[in-house]
Amino acid sequence: MSAIRFDNVWKEYGDHIVLERITLDVASRAFIALVGPSGCGKTTFLRMLLGEEAPTRGQILVDGVPLKPEPDADRGVVFQRYSVFPHLTVLQNVLLGRELQHSKVIGRLLGASKRKAVDEAMTLLAEVGLSGHETKYPASLSGGMQQRLALAQAIMRGPKILLLDEPFGALDPGIRADIHVLMKRLWNETELTVVMVTHDLSEAFRLATRVIAFERNRNRPEERERYGATVSRDLEIFPRRIPAPR
Amino acid sequence: MRLMNIKPGRQARFVLAALPFVLLAAAYFTGSSMRLAENPNDKLLPALSSMTQAVKHMAFETDVRTGSILMLSDTLASLGRLLWALAISTSAALVLGIAIGLLPGANALLSPFVGVASMVPPLALLPILFIVMGLGENSKIALIVIGTLPCIIRDLTMRVLELPREQLIKAQTLGASTWQVALRVVLPQILPRLIDSLRLQLGPAWLFLIAAEAIASDSGLGYRIFLVRRYLSMDVIIPYVIWITLLAFLMDAALRLLQRKLFPWFASVRAE
Repeated sequence: MSAIRFDNVWKEYGDHIVLERITLDVASRAFIALVGPSGCGKTTFLRMLLGEEAPTRGQILVDGVPLKPEPDADRGVVFQRYSVFPHLTVLQNVLLGRELQHSKVIGRLLGASKRKAVDEAMTLLAEVGLSGHETKYPASLSGGMQQRLALAQAIMRGPKILLLDEPFGALDPGIRADIHVLMKRLWNETELTVVMVTHDLSEAFRLATRVIAFERNRNRPEERERYGATVSRDLEIFPRRIPAPR
Repeated sequence: MRLMNIKPGRQARFVLAALPFVLLAAAYFTGSSMRLAENPNDKLLPALSSMTQAVKHMAFETDVRTGSILMLSDTLASLGRLLWALAISTSAALVLGIAIGLLPGANALLSPFVGVASMVPPLALLPILFIVMGLGENSKIALIVIGTLPCIIRDLTMRVLELPREQLIKAQTLGASTWQVALRVVLPQILPRLIDSLRLQLGPAWLFLIAAEAIASDSGLGYRIFLVRRYLSMDVIIPYVIWITLLAFLMDAALRLLQRKLFPWFASVRAE
């Protein structure tokens, strides 16, 4: 439930310009899909939004406030890989966010507060279709189930913005269709603003309310270093997708 | 079929594994009986019977002078030093390894120092340790700690740095503080790797223990074999060496078992 504003953002690594002149307003509760050829700075864009990297120029505002320069609990994330913790069981993975939130010193909940969190986590696991797998470790889950778990884990902490870095790219088509249904439902049921990076155009158009393409305008070898990618297409999806009212 | 594609079955594996041991024993006893046939007083390659006799004397009879069973008291003295030293090494390495791997500031401060310190030959420091700490237990424990600590720290630091960046970011997006990341994400994933590291350091740890005991001590397995060396008592030295090897092997096996039991998730992570 947050509006995001990119105010003339540039990202450079030394002499190499990756992104330039990014000015964007993302409405609260929008579902943005970022597409573009590989190497066009989609992931860099997401990393800036995560707070993992700072823009070289310009600034990013969330609800009018400049973004903190490090990741925090306002912005959840699901990566293509390594999104869940291999040393925790399915249930422990989902519980983790709640435990970190309420137990600053030992990072673990005990007694009644733990039982309450477990109940909550079980409900969420049922919702993403992982009931009965609570005691398994992620390594024994399929790729699709791992990504469902990663979604549940991120949502449990109640972020305002959910960032997805090619989250379904490694999944089989059938499994991907299932998880698309889940993703849509989660977006409807929560108050999330979602930004998803994908290289799959059909996925972008199936899920998003708005599809944004990044592209380099100048691609000659001698120009590549000094001209970054920028927004080349900005398409609102019609008919308008509106999240379920709260 | 190519040699590289021939896989021995279960039984064949067992036979193959036993073969070097059997060959070594056979070579030893052939040589021993040949020498003893020539000179029954030969001490270099004692027969099994004289070694059994020596073990019986060392391990099952009370020593008249000290009133204790020598092999037992030697073993307890050595294991005490070794375990103390390894406990200090692993706990210090765990804290420092995680700090250096996780905190860029600690990395800048300590990483070069640890890199240099790990290149100091520990045995060259032994005289200094003896001078500063005396000839008692402390200098021996210190030698083992100095010999193993930098390597474990460096290894753990690398293991922390190898954790996927995504995991550390993910933990932060779940609201984790630096302390919480260290406690809930890094520490539990580093513990099984610490066991790997410790297993590799068992060899050096025993080396430094025997060296320290050989030079200045009044008890311990290393002390004993260097003492009886003066009398050419191969019948004591060989069983002691076998006993030391067995102890080290059992410690290694115990650590491996501990890793499997405590960290059931680790096998599949390592397989990746």
